[in-house]
Amino acid sequence: MSVYRLDYLDQLESEAIHIMREVAGQFERPALLFSGGKDSITLVHLALKAFRPGKFPFPLVHIDTGHNFPEALDFRDALAERIGEKLIVRQVADTIQKRQLTEPKGKFASRNALQTYTLLDTIEEFGFDACIGGARRDEEKARAKERIFSVRDEFGQWNPKLQRPELWNTYNGRINKGENVRVFPISNWTELDIWNYIKRENIDLPSIYFAHERTVLEYENQLIALSEFIQVEETDVVVTKKVRYRTVGDMTCTAAVESDASTINDIIREITATKTSERGETRIDDKVSEAAMEDRKKNGYF
Amino acid sequence: MDLLRFITAGSVDDGKSTLIGRLLYDSKSIMIDHLEALEKQSKHKEDGEIDLALLTDGLRAEREQGITIDVAYKYFATPKRKFIIADAPGHIQYTRNMVTGASNADLAIILVDARNGVVEQTRRHSIIASLLNIPHIVVAINKMDLVDHSQDVYNNIVIDYAEVAKKLNLKEVKFIPISALNGDNIVEKSVQFPWYDGPSLLELLETVTLEQDIDLTRARFPVQYVIRPQTDALHDYRGYAGKINSGIYKKGDAVTVLPAGIVSKIVAIEVNGKEVEEAFAPQSVVLHLEDDIDISRGDVIVKTDAAPQVSNELEVLLCWMDQKPLLSGNKYLLQINSKQVRSVIKEIDYQLDVNSLEKIPHPENIGLNAIVKATIKTASPVVFDPYQELRSNGGAILIDETSHVTVGACMIQ
Repeated sequence: MSVYRLDYLDQLESEAIHIMREVAGQFERPALLFSGGKDSITLVHLALKAFRPGKFPFPLVHIDTGHNFPEALDFRDALAERIGEKLIVRQVADTIQKRQLTEPKGKFASRNALQTYTLLDTIEEFGFDACIGGARRDEEKARAKERIFSVRDEFGQWNPKLQRPELWNTYNGRINKGENVRVFPISNWTELDIWNYIKRENIDLPSIYFAHERTVLEYENQLIALSEFIQVEETDVVVTKKVRYRTVGDMTCTAAVESDASTINDIIREITATKTSERGETRIDDKVSEAAMEDRKKNGYF
Repeated sequence: MDLLRFITAGSVDDGKSTLIGRLLYDSKSIMIDHLEALEKQSKHKEDGEIDLALLTDGLRAEREQGITIDVAYKYFATPKRKFIIADAPGHIQYTRNMVTGASNADLAIILVDARNGVVEQTRRHSIIASLLNIPHIVVAINKMDLVDHSQDVYNNIVIDYAEVAKKLNLKEVKFIPISALNGDNIVEKSVQFPWYDGPSLLELLETVTLEQDIDLTRARFPVQYVIRPQTDALHDYRGYAGKINSGIYKKGDAVTVLPAGIVSKIVAIEVNGKEVEEAFAPQSVVLHLEDDIDISRGDVIVKTDAAPQVSNELEVLLCWMDQKPLLSGNKYLLQINSKQVRSVIKEIDYQLDVNSLEKIPHPENIGLNAIVKATIKTASPVVFDPYQELRSNGGAILIDETSHVTVGACMIQ
């Protein structure tokens, strides 16, 4: 490879930094949606590269379902403090009360769908015109179709049939009042790219990404962390296993995988060998229908 | 490891989705749960076999209609390279989506059905590849199993296509006989073609030389954002943040800030917060100049020894992407890289027939997907290079100022 040729990770990094700076240049009130997961942690790392020694031109915003892993929340607070950037947290529980929403019921009652309400309220509260998110196109096939600058109407809805053409590296962030743009700087990264980047850049992650002992419920071949948010019945199989999380979402809708991987290298080895996709292995919420993600996105989900 | 972005254009009938499915499947890039979902969906179909085409159709409407409407991005990697596939529709009514997918591609796979040879659609896809200046073209002659793997059939198509390539001035064209359905010559070289001594498709994708695709001589740096911490410690810090689109910048280089034309010198270059001696495309960097000059988003910092053009009148080939017709005299925002300016369509010279390449003078009704040659006048000067010479500084989009929608793609002449 010639001296003037970038490695693929450097190409992806540069593309992501370029997209973030386009957000800074084109919008008045952007935000970075931070979940505490590895993808949004990677976004923060990229934002540091894009804007230091200046401050971020956006706050970090976390929509807290109240069902998060405590490790992820601690990590979030420590990270925001370490980098000295503003963190805005809004609670789904508050939205449920204020908007008289119905709490989902059932064994793994998930507030995942209710997040959308809190997100839209938060966008309105602060007048955000762009929200940067860590979604990747390799995650799911509706996401594979989404633009890097994805325009949402005032109800947060995505219209897959009316997407703007997006050419070269030229991003059109112009919107009507009330609309906002979801921006995905790591659209072109795969799960493995993220892990290779985390390794190369030595990025800190919440401990639950690494193998640890945990009491879990075995349910339809998935391992769900025992927590106050799920209902356990007498017939349930509860075991203690060495597990790690491949994705970090709510405790109610994220499954653990059995693993001994205690270092990044172990994890990369496991992911390289795995035969199951990230969302397929760990997301309980995607299995409902073929178009589950498309439908949720149309309704304003990230 | 290197990165190759390629586009596959075609309709389901050409076996495009099957080809992509095959590449992903045979390179072991499909996960079990996706395969299971596929098996479930395939059962709804009659033949009972796994329908690899279903892998790429991401939207409900696409699955229902069995067509590709919008570009889907797919990812796979081999030990040699990482690949990004822009899977684009091939039908004429989705030309704008193909143009979108083609704009970032390093390579295009043009699918030809061996039974039909070079047809209207082959020409159209080749014209788009040529318009968008995709550096590498691979003509995959598919369904060879249906013509008894005949060398004669293959050779005739190669001869026919060579004519098209010549007419379009396509730079680098390679041919390959395949059967996507059977996996012949996709990942492994197939025994079905003893007369073919080239590589398999995947080998070809892994070995295409990409080094020359980025121009390292004409340095172009559009400013995206100015970093000014304005803290006590960094009171005078003023860094111009952006991505080098082409060329190499070194500390000490003489530069010109365009369109103003102010000359200065690079005193520092930062990459990821560290000072470096030089930086090159496509790195995202921060530049510091010697002089305290007024530079803002949309300005372009170029090396003084290789200046681009600066003009407020642009000759463009324009792909129209909106439902409303394009009219001479209409005003749009023109965006090139980080610069937006007001512009007006001054004149429409001719429309290009995308099937025959024929020029139709003074066209009446320019609708969605039309490609025309036009003259655009801008409210202030634009910094550009001819698209065919420098892709990263010759492409612009048109934005409707009232709906904010992207309505056109311009390749500046």
